[in-house]
Amino acid sequence: MGLIQIGRHEKDGTSDIIITTIEKAVNWGRKGSLWPMTFGLACCAIEMIAAVSSRYDMDRYGAGVFRASPRQSDLMIVAGTVCRRMAPVIRKLYDQMPEPKYVIAMGSCATSGNIYDSYSVVQGVDRFVPVDIYVPGCPPTPEALFDGILKLQERIMLKRVFLKQPDQVKPSLKI
Amino acid sequence: MSLQQLASRLQENFASGFVRAVEWRGDLAVTVARDRLHEVAQFLHDDPAMDFDYIVHVSSVDWPDDEERFEVVYEFYSIKKRQRIRLKTRVPESDCIVDSLTDVWKGADFMEREVYDMMGIRFRHHPDLRRILLPDDYTEGYPLRKDFPLRGKGWRDTFEFLDETAR
Amino acid sequence: MAIEDQRTTVYKIDPAHPESETLPTLRTEELLLNMGPQHPATHGVLKVILELEGERLVKSTPVLGYLHRGVEKLAEDGTYHQFIPHTDRLDYVCAMYNNFAYCRAVEKLMNITVPDRADYLRTIVAEVQRIIGHQFWLGTQALDIGAMTVFFYCFRDREILMDWFDELCGARLTTSWYRIGGVERDFTPSLLEKLKRFLDYFPPKIDEYKVFLETNRIWVGRTKGVAIISAEDAVSFGLSGPPLRGSGVDYDLRKAQPYSAYPKCEFSVPLGKNGDTYDRYWIRVQELYESVKIIRQCLEQMQDGPIMADVPSVTLPPKQRVFTNLESMIQQFKLFSQGFDAPPGEIYCGTEAHKGELGFYIVSTGGGKPYRLKIRAPSFIHMGAFDHMSRGYMISDAVTIFGTYDIVMGECDR
Repeated sequence: MGLIQIGRHEKDGTSDIIITTIEKAVNWGRKGSLWPMTFGLACCAIEMIAAVSSRYDMDRYGAGVFRASPRQSDLMIVAGTVCRRMAPVIRKLYDQMPEPKYVIAMGSCATSGNIYDSYSVVQGVDRFVPVDIYVPGCPPTPEALFDGILKLQERIMLKRVFLKQPDQVKPSLKI
Repeated sequence: MSLQQLASRLQENFASGFVRAVEWRGDLAVTVARDRLHEVAQFLHDDPAMDFDYIVHVSSVDWPDDEERFEVVYEFYSIKKRQRIRLKTRVPESDCIVDSLTDVWKGADFMEREVYDMMGIRFRHHPDLRRILLPDDYTEGYPLRKDFPLRGKGWRDTFEFLDETAR
Repeated sequence: MAIEDQRTTVYKIDPAHPESETLPTLRTEELLLNMGPQHPATHGVLKVILELEGERLVKSTPVLGYLHRGVEKLAEDGTYHQFIPHTDRLDYVCAMYNNFAYCRAVEKLMNITVPDRADYLRTIVAEVQRIIGHQFWLGTQALDIGAMTVFFYCFRDREILMDWFDELCGARLTTSWYRIGGVERDFTPSLLEKLKRFLDYFPPKIDEYKVFLETNRIWVGRTKGVAIISAEDAVSFGLSGPPLRGSGVDYDLRKAQPYSAYPKCEFSVPLGKNGDTYDRYWIRVQELYESVKIIRQCLEQMQDGPIMADVPSVTLPPKQRVFTNLESMIQQFKLFSQGFDAPPGEIYCGTEAHKGELGFYIVSTGGGKPYRLKIRAPSFIHMGAFDHMSRGYMISDAVTIFGTYDIVMGECDR
C-alpha cells in the first residue's frame, strides 16, 4: 500500500505504530465517509437507489448515508437530465454545500445532454457546476456508479489539505 | 352505437356547426366549428346515448400553411358504452381563442394549460391559464409551433444566475 | 409580560361565570410552504406549493416542468423507429410498457398485425414490467410512510428481475426490446427456466410484504381514509389505472379494449370501494398476483413461430442478418435514417400501463417522420387532481398522496 506505514513491535511483531502524514489521514477520513445528497432527477435516480439497496450496497464504501439537506452532505450525485429550469436550483444547492464538496455527473444526460438536444435541456451539468467525476451510461449500472465513487476516493487521496487547491471550474463551452 | 350512428347523431343535432366526420383505422374524428365547440362537448357529455364521461386528452396540431392554423383536438371515451370519439376544431393564428371545457370535465384544466404552453392557444373562462411545463417567464415563444427551432433560441445555454453567486 | 398575564387569566376559569372563559384570539396566518424540487420523497423533481393552516392543507399548487425535455418536439425530428428509446425514458420505472404502448400505436397507424408468438412474448414481458413497477411503487411508498424494511425486501426481489432483463436485452432499466411489428429477440431456454423459477418464488414474497404492512397499525392508520376521491370526480379528472379503480370504476383497457394476448388469458381486475389510499394499495398488490397468473397462462399457451411481422418495408431485419447480409444492412440503415412511408392520417392508441392509461396520438402526413406525436401521460393528468385530493388533509399526507398516485416525473413533464 505504501500510504500508511505500520510500525512493528520488536518482540513479537504485533502492529504497534501507524506513521502517516496528517494530510493522508484527513483525506482517508474524508474519502471513507462521503455523504451524498439525495439528488435524483430522472432515470439514473432509479439506478442510484438500486445502488443503495440491499444487493449493491453503497454503505460499504462509507457513502450510504444519504442526507436530504445540502448543508450536511459533501457529495452531490447529479443523476438524470438537467433541464434549464432546474439549473438555478442545482446551483443553489451546490453553493449551500460546505467545503470540501465533490460532484459526480452520473449518466449521459448529466455529462453531455444525451439524446435530448432540445430547447430546454442543458447539455451537461458542467456548464454551471464544476464536476469531479463523469460516469457515462444510460443509465450506468450500479457497478459503474461504484467505479465512479472509487475513482473519486482515489482523487480525494491526492488532494492537498493545507495548501490551496486550484480552481476546477470548466470554462463554459459555447457549442 | 356504431361510429356511423354517432357521427350522424351529431350531425342531426348540430347541423350548422358540423364540418366533417372521418373514420379511419377504427377511430372517429369529428370536426366542428369553433363557436359550437362548447355546446357539442356538453351534448357529448350529457346525452344518455352518447355518455362520454371520460376525457382522454387535449392536444393541438400546427398546420402553418392553412389559413386556420391551429387545430385543437379533444378525445373522449365512454366508460359504460366503451366507445371513443375525437372532436376537433380549427382556429386562426390571429384569434386563437377557444372555449375552455373545464366546466364539463375537470381534467381539462391541466391539459388545456399544456396546450397553451406549447402552442399558444388561449382558452376562454379557464380558471388559471398560465404556463405549466416551461417557466412563467419564458419569453422565447411556443415550442411546438413549426417555426420554433428544435434547439430553442439560446435559453438553454444562458445562465444568468451564475453572475449573482460569488464565484 | 402581557402574555403571562393572559396565560394566568386564561386558566382561571370560574364555572359560575362562564363568560370569563373567553380565550384570547390567537393570531393565525396561512403558511405558504414550498415543497421544492429537491426533497427526499423519491418521486423526482416535483415542486408543490402548499398553503397550510396549521397542519391542514388548504390548497396545493403543483409546479411541474423541472424535467421537461421536449420529447414531443424531438419526435418530429426523427423517424418512428428512432423514437423508441425516447419512450423508455418516459416512465422509467417500468420502461418497456412505454415501448409497448408506442409500438402498438405505430402498428395501428401502419395497420400491421403482430404474429402470435410476438404477442405472447410482449404480454409476458409487459406483465413482468408491471411487477417491477408495482414493486418499486410499494418500496418507495412504504419508505415515505416510514416502513423501511419493505423497501429493502421489494428491491431485493426487483434485482432478480433486473438481472433477467439484463440477460434478455442487455440493459437493466431503460431497455428497448420492443420493435415496431414484434420484438427484437426471442427468449432463450435459460430465460424461460429463470422466469418459471421466479413465478414459484414470488407469490410467497407478496404475502411477506403484506404481513409487514397490513398488520401494522401505523400503515393502516396512515392509509385508510386518506386522500379519498369519489368515482364521479375521478372520472371527470381523467384518472386511470389504480387511482380510478380504487374508487370503484371498472375501467381497465386490458378488458375494455383488449389487445395483444390479454383476451386469451383469464384474469380479474381488482376494484376498490372507498377510493382511499388503502384501496389503491390493495389493488396494486392484487395486480401483482394477477400478473403472475397472466404470465403463467401465457407461458403455457405460447407456441413457436416468428417474432416479427413480415412487412419488410416497415419492420427491421433480424440483427444477425444485418451484420452478415448486405441487403439487410441497407434495409436497416434506410429504415432508421429515412423511415418507412406512413400513410397520412391520425390515430390514438391507449394501453393500460401500470400507472394508468398511456396513450399516443400520432398525426402523420406521409413520410418517415411523425408530424405530431402527443403523449397522453397518466402522471400529468393525475397531478391535475392533486389539489382536489389533498384538501383538508394533514401535511404529512402530502407525501402519501404522491405515493398513491405513483407519479413519475419523466412521464409527467416529458
